Amino acid sequence: MDALITPLLNGSAQGALLLLAALGLSLTFGQMGVINMAHGEFLMIGAFSAYLVQQVITASNLSIPVALPVAFVVAGLFGLLLEITIIQWMYRRPLDTLLVTVGVSLILQQAALQIFPSQGVPVEKPDWLDGQVDVLGYEWPLRQVFTIVLAAACVAALAAWLKYTSFGRRIRATVQNRDLAETSGISTRTIDRLTFFAGSGLAGVAGVAASLIGGTNSQMGAQYIIPAFLVVAAGGIGQLKGTIIAAWAVGVALAYFAYWTTGSFAQVLAFILVIVFLQVRPQGLFTVRTRSLV
Amino acid sequence: MTKLKLSGIVVLAVLLLGVAPLVLTDHWLTNLGKYCCWAIAAVGIGLAWGRGGMLVMGQGVFFALGAYSMAMHLTLESAGGRVPGFMVLYDPLAPLPAFWEPFRSTWFTLLAIVLLPVIVAGLLGYALFKRGVKGAYFAILTQALAVALATLISSTIRETGGDTGLSDFKYFFGFVLNDPANKIMVYLIAAGLLVVCLLAVWQLYRSRFGELLVATRDAEERVRFLGYDPGTIKLVAFVISALMASIGGAMFVPIVGIITPAEIGAAASIFLIAGVALGGRASLFGPALGAIAVGWGQSSLGSTWPDGWPYVLGLLFIVVILFLPKGLSSLPARFTAARSDAPPATVPAELEEVRS
Repeated sequence: MDALITPLLNGSAQGALLLLAALGLSLTFGQMGVINMAHGEFLMIGAFSAYLVQQVITASNLSIPVALPVAFVVAGLFGLLLEITIIQWMYRRPLDTLLVTVGVSLILQQAALQIFPSQGVPVEKPDWLDGQVDVLGYEWPLRQVFTIVLAAACVAALAAWLKYTSFGRRIRATVQNRDLAETSGISTRTIDRLTFFAGSGLAGVAGVAASLIGGTNSQMGAQYIIPAFLVVAAGGIGQLKGTIIAAWAVGVALAYFAYWTTGSFAQVLAFILVIVFLQVRPQGLFTVRTRSLV
Repeated sequence: MTKLKLSGIVVLAVLLLGVAPLVLTDHWLTNLGKYCCWAIAAVGIGLAWGRGGMLVMGQGVFFALGAYSMAMHLTLESAGGRVPGFMVLYDPLAPLPAFWEPFRSTWFTLLAIVLLPVIVAGLLGYALFKRGVKGAYFAILTQALAVALATLISSTIRETGGDTGLSDFKYFFGFVLNDPANKIMVYLIAAGLLVVCLLAVWQLYRSRFGELLVATRDAEERVRFLGYDPGTIKLVAFVISALMASIGGAMFVPIVGIITPAEIGAAASIFLIAGVALGGRASLFGPALGAIAVGWGQSSLGSTWPDGWPYVLGLLFIVVILFLPKGLSSLPARFTAARSDAPPATVPAELEEVRS
């Protein structure tokens, strides 16, 4: 029984982390059609922000709650900078945006490698994340519970922002019909920038969560970008509920595959799983109904 | 115009096959051979991406299929039929893994270099194109495969050599690899294959298939309405492109003397794209010359200033894609267009290449 449940628990936490990494990607892809390959590096920026916050606030119990908003803003500002300097000139050229951000990601990775020690930096885990909690007779490490709660909180905040604020309404309008939104007086430029800021900021939050589970180094972003994109592809573009289900499914599948085989073989199997899934639903789990031919 | 391109191929062939072996030192001839291998893969990327609109970000997968097929054969050949040293290191009684066995045969190896990429790309392409997967999805799925394969090879040290890769090849189908004359021969094969690949795509671009491929890139639905299946057209281009990557990988092994997962993973696949983008993705010579240029940049800059090379490569991506999406090969045309007083062409930029 444990052999069945343990990967489920681990996988759920892994899925929550993937969800955090995929949320921002899905947001910018859904709205602007921009694939940001530097999204993983924004995650890395969030993790390094957590480290820097800990250099100022040495009590790790306090530093992580402070690091979360800081990472959001720092990564968000990097995103905004990227949007203003490069992305805004490349709308309607999605594949080229993808390549340009590959260049950005190379530069950010190398910069991180030179600024911080090459073996990475330690992010201190707070005491309140040590230990276990008993759920339904199974011991859950608190770190995993924290990741899941954090992911749930971010999803709730994002959903509320999209649903109840005027910005959110304008974002949804822009996603559904950019031209019509513009005609009705919405400044899609501002909306795009705001979305990019929020999406990149979410990557920063994901980075803090990742730094509490794995290492913090210049390569960490590269680990997350592909699984996060697979989640976006499987969930359907710009679909919050699709992203949630897909992230959980990919996380759990990876955990089970890794339990049965090895971690690296699990990646290959997860890839095949997504390809097979796209045979059934090429547009992902949920799709926006359109009349467009393609 | 086509005569001009054919003479271009001839000039390149004379330079690579005739002049280079006479004027270059052994060191640089080996390097040029390495660039030629990347250029062969780049020509394939130019076909799939530049002409077909399919951004293949995981060409390292097919590079790996050719490279590891060749490397396994050369390893067995160098080990004189015994179990390779690195396997014995972990377990003196280790049997040869079953998938290594057939690579004892020369013919099987040569066949594998050609057939493996065709089968893998055929299956993957069939699964993706028939369901209309394209654009960024296609790009990232291919890259995901490259990452997965590189991780898989890294983690199977006993079977594939892991991160250390396969090296120490002594023979190349019976020829001693250390012999300078044989080194030149291996170089000539790689350079010759590059010329053959260029001739092949030159012919392909002139054919009806080449026109259909560009048409599919620019207006897939219209091609469908005309009665062609865009999925099949893309599949064929993708398979040919994979085959070229595999050939490049196979020649990379005897020239460089080592193959590791680092040469096939995400970074290596993107490195190939950089060359294609720099040279000009849709032009005939752009991808090959771009790959040679980027390879040369990596050798010279990467060794003198290793910390700076990633910045240069990253900036190259940004600047070329942002300001020069058609690559360096579009520069001469731009200059001539600027000098002459002829009115600007009314043909859309993308279609212009088809006519030339």
